[in-house]
Amino acid sequence: MTTPQVPKEYYRYLHELQAMDFVCLELSLYLDTHPDDQQAIAQFNQFQRRKQVLSQQFEANFGPLKEYGNSPIGHRWTWSVGPWPWQV
Amino acid sequence: MWIYEKKLQYPVRVSKCDPRLAKFLIEQYGGADGELAAALRYLNQRYTIPDKVIGLLTDIGTEEFAHLEMIATMVYKLTKDATPEQLKQAGLAEHYVDHGSALFYHNAAGNPWTATYIQAKGDPIADLYEDIAAEEKARATYEHIINLTDDVDIQDSLKFLREREIVHALRFREAVEMLKEYQTEKKAF
Amino acid sequence: MDSQWRPFDTYHSPFDPCPPKPKSYIVPPNQFIVFQAKGMKQFAPQEALKRGTLWPDLYSPYEAMPQGGARS
Repeated sequence: MTTPQVPKEYYRYLHELQAMDFVCLELSLYLDTHPDDQQAIAQFNQFQRRKQVLSQQFEANFGPLKEYGNSPIGHRWTWSVGPWPWQV
Repeated sequence: MWIYEKKLQYPVRVSKCDPRLAKFLIEQYGGADGELAAALRYLNQRYTIPDKVIGLLTDIGTEEFAHLEMIATMVYKLTKDATPEQLKQAGLAEHYVDHGSALFYHNAAGNPWTATYIQAKGDPIADLYEDIAAEEKARATYEHIINLTDDVDIQDSLKFLREREIVHALRFREAVEMLKEYQTEKKAF
Repeated sequence: MDSQWRPFDTYHSPFDPCPPKPKSYIVPPNQFIVFQAKGMKQFAPQEALKRGTLWPDLYSPYEAMPQGGARS
């Protein structure tokens, strides 16, 4: 059985989320060596909220992003359903 | 613990069916300066480094696993539909004999990954300098791989990975600066 | 050739079997920063992702070496 192809919107949502996640990651490494930069902390908080909103939207459309109860699963177990990141 | 996230850090698009490139990319999967070596090096060193820089080693070490998955994606996409004959033409016959279409942790020359690629000296300055060197060596490796392909889409992902090495190297150098100050700073909670 | 590149020459012997190839190495921008200053200019999120860094001052462009291996 082949997994059906993901809709076009999947890539758009994913790309937006990747951008938001990237800013948070980049600021994390920066804050690891600049822990007292208040401006960066404020920016991190702002982007962390945006990232959360985008993750929720993505998960509502395409299923959980994170395992072990770190994402809502809804009424169906779709975690083990593909496609996986290296397949799309 | 770690939590898996069902997405890549950066989009990986492979536009040319060129399994030969998989043989070169595997260097960054299971090679001395590859992403596996990087992740394991940093995440192991963090147990004995001063508290101030544990967060950095943890975060960069974790990011390296995301990079490992990107490299795996490239290799997977380049080899999953290749016939044994195509793999042979790509110089991957020896790989195919032992591993079929599976990925494996070895370098471009076929040497299996070994812990001797990485070091933990228990000396914070020595360990961080090893990490800085590892990042610059990985950057150079990405440049070499970029020079060996004309697939602009795979080049795009490789350029992202190359730039990450540059940022990581700077953060490790900042960590050295932080440790230089360590003794003079008062711990206040 | 962008300003990151440092060209250099090596001795060319009259007995060298191959024509000389121009040589150069790259010095990425991280080499000119000891400790990143606060409040450096940033890329917008999509641009940051595309370039692999949030900060233009850390961005190092890289283009594949042209066929023949020479950068001009």
